[in-house]
Amino acid sequence: MDPALYRVVANRRETSDVSSLTLAPLKAEMAVAPPRHGQFNMLTAFGVGEAAISVSRSSRLSGRDSGQGLHTAGAGSIVHTIRDVGAVTHALCVASAGSLVGVRGPFGQGWGAEDGDWLAEGDVVVVAGGIGLAPLRSVVDDLAGRSTDASGRLRGRLFVIAGAREQAQVIFADDLARWAALGAIVSVTVDVSTPGWTGHVGLVTAQIAPAGIDPGGARALVCGPEIMMRFTAAALEKLGMDPSRIFVSLERNMQCGLGWCGHCQLGPLILCRDGPIVAYGGAVTHLMRERER
Amino acid sequence: MKQDIADLISTHPLLAGLSVDLIGEVAGCAVNRVWHAGELLITEGEAADTLYLVRRGVVAIEVNAPASGPIVIETVGPGGVVGWSWMFPPYRWHFDARAAGAVGAIAIDAACLRDKADADPELGHRLTFRVAGVLLERLQMTRVRLLDLYGSSRAR
Ligand SMILES: Cc1cc2nc3c(=O)[nH]c(=O)nc-3n(C[C@H](O)[C@H](O)[C@H](O)COP(=O)(O)OP(=O)(O)OC[C@H]3O[C@@H](n4cnc5c(N)ncnc54)[C@H](O)[C@@H]3O)c2cc1C
Ligand code: FES
Repeated sequence: MDPALYRVVANRRETSDVSSLTLAPLKAEMAVAPPRHGQFNMLTAFGVGEAAISVSRSSRLSGRDSGQGLHTAGAGSIVHTIRDVGAVTHALCVASAGSLVGVRGPFGQGWGAEDGDWLAEGDVVVVAGGIGLAPLRSVVDDLAGRSTDASGRLRGRLFVIAGAREQAQVIFADDLARWAALGAIVSVTVDVSTPGWTGHVGLVTAQIAPAGIDPGGARALVCGPEIMMRFTAAALEKLGMDPSRIFVSLERNMQCGLGWCGHCQLGPLILCRDGPIVAYGGAVTHLMRERER
Repeated sequence: MKQDIADLISTHPLLAGLSVDLIGEVAGCAVNRVWHAGELLITEGEAADTLYLVRRGVVAIEVNAPASGPIVIETVGPGGVVGWSWMFPPYRWHFDARAAGAVGAIAIDAACLRDKADADPELGHRLTFRVAGVLLERLQMTRVRLLDLYGSSRAR
């Protein structure tokens, strides 16, 4: 499966090591299929390699433009938010407007938020650590966009708990503020406080019990480092949430994205196909302790 | 008045579910207090004489660094507990605790609580287990933070 050619329309610096690329297909007929919330693409930095990167916003998801030129980028445009951790992600993070990248996808199971009126069913709890907010941004935008009353306020309770190493590493600060203004219950917590930080200090799990979540009927979407997801899921379970309504994103190493190579296998799961988003509980609770192959 | 405090104590996660009698004993040592933003609940080095059950607002646990001033180590929100050093000699605070905004908390006199826990083994036993449960949770969170989850690719 050859990658489709996309042009970098904008490269926005989110933090010192995270950038959001707005990509538009070089030709409309080349565009990959519309992504669902939480799906990922394989992005190619030509001459360097390929990496799995979640869709953080797309013109086809009901996301909004927050200064990333999505509307002007046109139909089929997508935003990927990338943390520079190695050769491929570095090349993507420094890709300048006008340069070309390859896109294969979209792959995997998403959060499933398109399929119902979640906020009418119960509390929705989004817990993200670091770059983990990327695949959750479009879900929150969508829920917020679809579930507002005549006065523009949210109909239902949407909790957004975001953790970061320190204030300078908090991504999507403008989105977090916008969601809070719509009535979402947003709390941001950092591991390390720096001068000027007046918010919470501590693990995301510390924000769960005091939040006032009603566990019956609640649904949780969790994305971040796996250790953080395990502790978060355990804290949500302790609150009384049904583990089958806690969803985690298992972002293990991927290669083909097509269910062929087995690189992403975790127990019985082929994560590029059966994941990355899976319900916590049952076998997944134990599988999350397995080391990557 | 003590009945009001007993009601407040019985809804705080640390002591919720204890019998009316035990809550009544604790209430005999407790007052409901408020702090304005920036005020200290606890000062490092001073006598550790109070257990605080946070009801409203956020308390920042701080340590003072000569070069940078106060560094917030952790914040504790509604339902949380501040102050452990009253449990063990020499009963001195090891950190500062500052109201990050308006804070409401139940302040329980530690000497009074220790005396009651000594006199009533059931209260002592239950209190010790409840406090140990919160301490365990805090220890686990501290351990996870030591992993520097968002900074290190090793811990991803
Ligand atoms: C389904 C899925 C969705 C993802 N979404 C995003 C995203 O939206 N934004 C983003 O920045 N990254 C995302 N990642 C992680 C990204 O794929 C890796 O960071 C990337 O493959 C690293 O490649 P590299 O060549 O830059 O670094 P490498 O040299 O391959 O690795 C450098 C470091 O990154 C770590 N690393 C390798 N693979 C992963 C991984 N899968 N997850 C985390 N760290 C990894 C390695 O352990 C190593 O320490 C996602 C991964 C998956 C599987
Ligand atoms: S990445 Fe090849 S099978 Fe999943």
